[in-house]
Amino acid sequence: MNPLLEIKHLHASVGGKEILSGVDLTIAPGEVHAVMGPNGSGKSTLAYVLAGRPGYEVTRGEILFRGRDLLAMSPEERAREGVFLAFQYPVEIPGVSNIYFLKAAVNAVRKHRGLPEYDAMEFLALVKQRAKIVEIDEELIKRPVNEGFSGGEKKRNEIFQMAMLEPVLAVLDETDSGLDIDALRIVANGVNQLRSAERSMIVVTHYQRLLNYIVPDFLHVLVDGRIVREGGKELALELEEKGYVWLEKEPPAVAAGSAAPVNGR
Amino acid sequence: MEAVAVERGYSPARRAGSVGARWLDDVREDAFARFEELGFPTAKLEAWRFTGIQPIVSTPWAPAEATARPAVAPWGRGPRLVFVNGSLSRELSSPAPDGIRAMGLAEALAAEPALVEAHLTRLAPHRHNAFAALNTASFQDAACVFVSPGAAVAAPLTLVLVSAADGELTASHPRVLIVAGERSQASIVQVFEGSDRYFTNAVTEIEVGPGASLEHTLLQRESEPACHVHFLAGRVARSGRLVSNNVSLGGSLARTDISAVLAGEGAEAALNGLFLGRGAQHLDNHTTIDHAMPHTSSRELYKGIMDGASRGVFHGTILVRPDAQKTDAIQTNKNLLLSRHALVNSTPALQIFADDVKCKHGSTTGQLDEAALFYMRARGIGQSEARALLTRAFAADVADRIAATEVRAEIDREIGERLGGATGDAS
Repeated sequence: MNPLLEIKHLHASVGGKEILSGVDLTIAPGEVHAVMGPNGSGKSTLAYVLAGRPGYEVTRGEILFRGRDLLAMSPEERAREGVFLAFQYPVEIPGVSNIYFLKAAVNAVRKHRGLPEYDAMEFLALVKQRAKIVEIDEELIKRPVNEGFSGGEKKRNEIFQMAMLEPVLAVLDETDSGLDIDALRIVANGVNQLRSAERSMIVVTHYQRLLNYIVPDFLHVLVDGRIVREGGKELALELEEKGYVWLEKEPPAVAAGSAAPVNGR
Repeated sequence: MEAVAVERGYSPARRAGSVGARWLDDVREDAFARFEELGFPTAKLEAWRFTGIQPIVSTPWAPAEATARPAVAPWGRGPRLVFVNGSLSRELSSPAPDGIRAMGLAEALAAEPALVEAHLTRLAPHRHNAFAALNTASFQDAACVFVSPGAAVAAPLTLVLVSAADGELTASHPRVLIVAGERSQASIVQVFEGSDRYFTNAVTEIEVGPGASLEHTLLQRESEPACHVHFLAGRVARSGRLVSNNVSLGGSLARTDISAVLAGEGAEAALNGLFLGRGAQHLDNHTTIDHAMPHTSSRELYKGIMDGASRGVFHGTILVRPDAQKTDAIQTNKNLLLSRHALVNSTPALQIFADDVKCKHGSTTGQLDEAALFYMRARGIGQSEARALLTRAFAADVADRIAATEVRAEIDREIGERLGGATGDAS
């Protein structure tokens, strides 16, 4: 099967400072990959680079999405092609209602995919149906985007948007941060409902906790801008037990085949 | 320079003759004398520090003809009074809604001589302001609007002030008087528009009677090369309420002064403003709210959205006189710069001479929120659409305060036209 996403030797800088120093990652359709790492390891940078955030400069390497150069695409093109970033800190947009925002987004994506735009009735029916996935209050959907939402409501809104936009690659950036256990369960349950053979995911998290709910196929550990360890879901438990210090002390032991060896610092 | 301009372009008042009332002719003579004494303002005056008027002073304007025909159909639908180059066009006008009498000056002087004499030229400061003096000396006709005491009029009346330059460089001096009778309720939309290059020098006087409520919505959509100066003077009596909406879109150089005197206890004013600049436009909005009596309140929200190399000015004075205890005033000015070359000068000016008052003001100027822009793009919304959405959202809290739906739609159209991918620096 052709990979959905190939990240090759990716180096990226923010404000002239290198954050990612040679990341390799290959994802096949339908796979869920977890990327774990301590604070400042470059997890969020990787997520932003995938989504095309201005100011995140790729200095070396490439990213192929369905064989095409992802880095040559604007953020909106990537979204229309099926890349979705669930933000760690969803942005509040006063004066723009969630529903208007979503309709503009969904129709932009549909237009790009050669599908007819939804009319108001069809769109509302879809909203009702997808709102159930994350148990999001329909009142929230009418309010300005994320304005005055609690942390949990913002994260649910991200997954709700994902359900509406039906991406082929979803990047979840610390979707668990700031959630209590009940909210975490609801959000994770929503994500799990959206798992399918046609949809791949990159789940970025600091803590193993989320991976009890969203069980990944593969796990990659990012330290100082490099993937230093890869394995299955059991690696998460080992990390939980020993902490990231364990990996920072030991020399990198990268699983053969899936990533190029990384030079020591 | 100034004297030359006066002789050359601003002599129409001299040949105007009587407009039908002796007292008014006397005021006009006085106003012309004051205009000659004052001369055009210079940048040395605080009120004109950020607005140069060379394009007005150095152009040899000819007096505009009252008989000219507008190039396009006047703005809007519904009941309206249309003035072309300052003079009433009966042909283009339609009857006012029940509860409002709207007419030209000659008819008003005949029908309501006492009301006209009590208010016309009594509110605008022609003794202190050169442009108001010039208008007072020069106007030939006036839109006179009387809202009957106790009337509650739901349908807005639209006043359209058209400048029809016909390819010549012409100046006109439209004049408006609105008197809202005791405990009346009404909505007036006042539109400035035109074609070609011209100079509109307008004065509006508004008297809001005791317990009356008036929404006055200005829609300045002058032609792109036009010069526009407008002084609006309002006075609100006891327990009256004036809502002034000021939407400023057109003109190469446009200056609007809005002053509201809260002249009776319990009087209220809400001043809402939205100015949209692009290209090399210069849009200047000066407001003054004069709390003259106790227990008066005012709310002011002005927003500027400047693109291209346009320049905006906001100057907002809140004056609280010694007697005006328990004044409650909030002034806010927020500006959005859509281009690196756009600029806004914002000056809030609070002058408080009473000690038991609540007054607040705030001013911010910034760019579109980059994080919000990226968030929208990351959801598939194109850059120019995202900019337009955020800009609409910025304008929304002013636009939403305007009850006149046609004006709200016009604002929406304007933003769409300006940001729908047409702006140069969008990508």
